[in-house]
Amino acid sequence: MSSIDDLFARLRSEGKKAFMPFVTAADPDLEFTQSLLKALDATGCHLAELGIPYSDPIADGPVIQASYTRALNGGVKLEAIFDMVANTTPQLSMPIVTMVSYAIIYRLGLDEYLKQAKAAGVAGAIVPDMPVDESAEFAAKCRAADFSLIQLITPTTTKQRAIEIAQQTTGFIYYVSIAGITGERTELPPDLLDNLRWLRQQTDLPICVGFGISKPEHVELLKPVADGMIVGSAIVRKIACAHPAEGGKTAATVITDVSDFARTMIDAM
Amino acid sequence: MEVERPPEPVVGYSALLKNTTIRFKQSQSQRITVDDLVPGFQNHHPKLTHIAYAMPTSFLDQSSPDAALPDDTGRYGDFGGRYVPETLIAALDQLEEEYLAARQDPTFQSELDELLRDFVGRPSPLYFAKRLTQRCGGAQIWFKREDLNHTGAHKINSTIGQALLTLRMGKKRVIAETGAGQHGVATATACAHFGLPCIVYMGEEDIRRQSPNVQSMRTMGAEIRPVTTGSRTLRDAVNEAMRDWMGSVADTHYILGSVVGPHPFPMIVRDFQAIIGRETIEQSQTRFGRLPDAVVACVGGGSNAAGMFYPFVAETDVPLIGVEAGGHNDDRGQHASSLTFGKPGVLHGSFSYVLQDEDGQTDDVHSASAGLDYPGVGPEHSHWKKTGRVQYRSCRDDAALETFDLIARTEGILPALESSHAIATGMEVAQERGKDEIVVICLSGRGDKDAAEIQRLRGSEQF
Repeated sequence: MSSIDDLFARLRSEGKKAFMPFVTAADPDLEFTQSLLKALDATGCHLAELGIPYSDPIADGPVIQASYTRALNGGVKLEAIFDMVANTTPQLSMPIVTMVSYAIIYRLGLDEYLKQAKAAGVAGAIVPDMPVDESAEFAAKCRAADFSLIQLITPTTTKQRAIEIAQQTTGFIYYVSIAGITGERTELPPDLLDNLRWLRQQTDLPICVGFGISKPEHVELLKPVADGMIVGSAIVRKIACAHPAEGGKTAATVITDVSDFARTMIDAM
Repeated sequence: MEVERPPEPVVGYSALLKNTTIRFKQSQSQRITVDDLVPGFQNHHPKLTHIAYAMPTSFLDQSSPDAALPDDTGRYGDFGGRYVPETLIAALDQLEEEYLAARQDPTFQSELDELLRDFVGRPSPLYFAKRLTQRCGGAQIWFKREDLNHTGAHKINSTIGQALLTLRMGKKRVIAETGAGQHGVATATACAHFGLPCIVYMGEEDIRRQSPNVQSMRTMGAEIRPVTTGSRTLRDAVNEAMRDWMGSVADTHYILGSVVGPHPFPMIVRDFQAIIGRETIEQSQTRFGRLPDAVVACVGGGSNAAGMFYPFVAETDVPLIGVEAGGHNDDRGQHASSLTFGKPGVLHGSFSYVLQDEDGQTDDVHSASAGLDYPGVGPEHSHWKKTGRVQYRSCRDDAALETFDLIARTEGILPALESSHAIATGMEVAQERGKDEIVVICLSGRGDKDAAEIQRLRGSEQF
């Protein structure tokens, strides 16, 4: 049982849903990311996704890509990110999972990535450019290390394939609400609820929904069919304001803004 | 011709000896004497001492196992695969299924053949570069003239095929990425021909370097979307096109320009480009009665090289030489030689050689030629590199620019700066070989588009 399994077991027994913010590591710097993670934890977030900046993120929209570019332009290296995470996780009650490209995992080495992530107290990984067909080797290693490998199901995934993905997933299923890149949307697609209800009958794993979620109304809509909700771009956009070029707010102001937003969303749960 | 006793029995290789087929064991295309083939033969024919009289048509009696690649999982040995978001998997499955059906469909093939003949202008000539050959003093240099295709480059071989596939799949909209603009122009052309709406993603830096191509695309009704992220070149244009496709897969086909990206793209682009190699084999047989002694092509993503090399890999063991962009020098960020200096890794949906730092972040790369300015390479090239089937060399900016001038003056041809890399190295290959040998270089595109940029580089002495 990883800390993610424990989390969802507890939430289920309490009849609660998880709120899961996404933040980019080192945007604008690692000290800020550390303070923000602590603040989100204190606000009552249930799990945080930490985006590892990557130079060519094809699955991400303009907001998150710009955030990755800002972090990389600051010269951040993977080693420094893991150091920051290792110093932070002992002070958090929420688990951390990394959102990370397979390009990065492969370059470091599958075993080495797992070793460093586990040593830093990371509970799992989402690898958006590693579909289930390419995941066998890493999935086996993750299983052996009790490290959750969260896989994605999308509106374009066939039913047969969705069942296979669910069988290969540990921790929770990341259900992508929209066929497209990450980013906020006003409207969620009409068949989303039906798709989630169908998936609910196929697996006991927690199902968390991401892509395009930014408002309390979205939470209200998804609450009956999802175990958790992931918010990325809406938060990253607020973080961008900490940059001199994009608003130049102080770190403390931005952290308050993001925490207030997280609280609004948690309250809607 | 008669021989006294038959040669050693056949183990899979054949050779043409005057009018007689003689089979022999050597698997390498090394220089061998007639006596090696038929012991004692030279005693009877003392003047016949040279391999030119015993040059094989092919050393392979049957297809190489590499002809069957990619395998069912989209791999070329270790390389290839599909490292893309789950959202794209269904579209890639559909594309593969439709393409494999089209490949077997005689109607599709005859429609494609007709367009290649009447619209593109195929077959492209095999041209003897006589004055260049005299100047180099080695093997005969021949150019496969892909620059004479409609739109001036090899790219249209694949865009016409993929536009036909788009119609077959019932998709209504086309997107593409472009670096040098050649693929963008070829895509805009194919879309105009079929009346399909076309959007081309192009890095801001490349729009500046390749303005004549931008003008052509717009004239043919394509919408150019400037890419301002990252290095603002080809690699970022691929990222943007992939993002568009993530949200538009239901009605849009992505006409990828090179043998890169997730399976089945490297296979589809290679197959449509393989007409270059098939024609070269046929033209060599007709003109020389045998195959060339070496074949050279430039490699960025690697589409013209894959198209030229694949039929040779599949059916022959003719030596093949791929030429990467050596840029300014061998330092990180100063070149685009992924196979020479890169390591296996993941970029743009495929596992292949890539220029990355120790964290897996893609390096910025440099080449004077926009079409070779790419930090990755097609997975099949990676496989050929690993197995040693193709030798990869690197050619620097200054050598390519010098060659551009030389070919203009000695042959009356303006080669694309990309192709100038292949010619520069092809001249070295010719000089390593004897006068009776034949070196074919793929002249992948014409260089009108580069004239202004070369002028600018000369003015600022950047190279």
